[in-house]
Amino acid sequence: MKPAPFAYAKARSLDHAIDLLAQDEARILAGGQSLIATLNMRLSRPALLVDINGLDGLDEISRENGRLKIGALVRHVKAEGSTEIARFAPLIALAMPHIGHPAIRNRGTVGGSIAFADPAAELPACLLALAGEVEIAGPQGRRIVHADHFFKGLFETALAPHDVLASIRVPAATAATRVGFAEFARRLGDYAMVGLAACARVEGDTLADIRLVYFGVGSVAARARNAERSLAGGDVEGAVAALTADLHPSEDLQASAAVKAHLAGVLLRRVAKQLASPRIEGIAP
Amino acid sequence: MSERFHDICLVVNGEELRERVDARTTLVDFLRETLSLTGSHVGCEHGICGACSVRVDGAVVRGCLMLAVQCDGTRVETIEWIAETDEILDLQRAFIERNALQCGYCTPGMLLSAQELLKKGGVPSRATIRIHLSGNYCRCTGYQAIVDAVEAVARERSGGRASE
Repeated sequence: MKPAPFAYAKARSLDHAIDLLAQDEARILAGGQSLIATLNMRLSRPALLVDINGLDGLDEISRENGRLKIGALVRHVKAEGSTEIARFAPLIALAMPHIGHPAIRNRGTVGGSIAFADPAAELPACLLALAGEVEIAGPQGRRIVHADHFFKGLFETALAPHDVLASIRVPAATAATRVGFAEFARRLGDYAMVGLAACARVEGDTLADIRLVYFGVGSVAARARNAERSLAGGDVEGAVAALTADLHPSEDLQASAAVKAHLAGVLLRRVAKQLASPRIEGIAP
Repeated sequence: MSERFHDICLVVNGEELRERVDARTTLVDFLRETLSLTGSHVGCEHGICGACSVRVDGAVVRGCLMLAVQCDGTRVETIEWIAETDEILDLQRAFIERNALQCGYCTPGMLLSAQELLKKGGVPSRATIRIHLSGNYCRCTGYQAIVDAVEAVARERSGGRASE
C-alpha cells in the first residue's frame, strides 16, 4: 500500500523540531525503518512528519563521567562499527548484528529504536539490562529518565507528544562487567521470537547486580527477577525453572506460548555461559 | 515549511535533477513512477524483501523505507546506473553462469547487497555471505546458487585466495 497524505518539515534545530511537534498529529521521522513501514501499511496516519535527520550533535558517541552517551541519530551501522561501543557497551555491540538487515542498519537509528519501543526489539532490552538512561528534550527543557521508568507498555514510553529523544547513556563497562546476548529469530535480522539481553558484575567467584531482560515475550521488554536471584546463587537450572514465574509469553504468529517458554530457558542457559566468561572474544577490551 | 509538496534537488545516476514531490512518495515509487527507472522493484513495501534496494550517498537502503523528499541533496544510484558503469559486470556474469536467478525479481537488490559486501574486500565465508544477504528474499533459487556466485566473484577479485 501507499502512505496516506501528510505534510513534511525538515527541522533546523532541536528547538525547531520541538516547535513543529506542537502541531496536531505530528510525528518525528528519524531513520524511518519502522515508521515508514507503518505509513505504507496505513497503520499510522500522521498529519505532519518532522524530519530530524542531520540535526547537529545528535549523532555522536562520547564518554562522560563513567557513562557512554550515544546520540539519538547514531545509525545502527555506525554503532556496529564503533570501537567505543565495543569497548564500553559490549552488550550493545553483541546485539547489533541482530538488528534488522544491513540495509536497515544503514538507515535505522539507536534513538528511533528506543523511542519506538517495539516489544520484540533488541535495543530497548539492552538499555534496560544496562540500567541506562534516556535524555529527553521537550518544551520545558531537558530531563533524564531511567530505563526502568521509560518503557511503559506496548509501544508506550515516557516520551510525551512534544518530546524528542536526544540520547541514551549507559554505564561504561569495566573489567568486572559481564554481558550476554542471545535470541531466536526465524531469519537473522528479523524481530525475535524470544530474546535475552543480560548484564552483571563479577564479584569474586559470583555474579552480582544481574539484570536478565527478555524481549519478544510480552507487551514490553521485562526483567526476569526470580531467575536473576537463582542465577546470583550460581543455580542455572534453578534460574531456568524460575522463568515460569517471571514470564507469561503470549502466542503470536511466530510461536506458541509453550514454544516461547521453552526457548526462554534455552536462551538462559546460553547467556549464563556468556556471563560466566571473563571476556567475549573481539568485543571486550 | 510544513507543506505536503516540496521541491527537491538531487543527483540520480549521475544526472542532477529538480523535481516537485509529494511528501508521501517513497524513494522507490519516485524512481519508478516519476523517473521511469523500473530496475528497482517493489515487493513487500515494508522493508522485509529487499527488492527495492538502491544506493543513497553510497549506502544500500530500502527504497520503500525512505521518502523521496528526504533525498534532497543526496546522490542516488540505481541498478541501471551501477550495471551501466560495469561496476558489477563480473557479478552479473557469475549470476548468469551459476543460475543465481530465475524470475529475476530479487536480482537487482541481491546484486546491490552482494556488491556492498564485496566492496569491503577479501573473501567472505559462505556464512558471512548468507548473513549479509539475509535481508534480500529470493523465492526461486534457494540461495545456494547466489552464495556460489558471490563467493566465486570474491575469489576472482582477490586473485584466487581462499575464504576467511
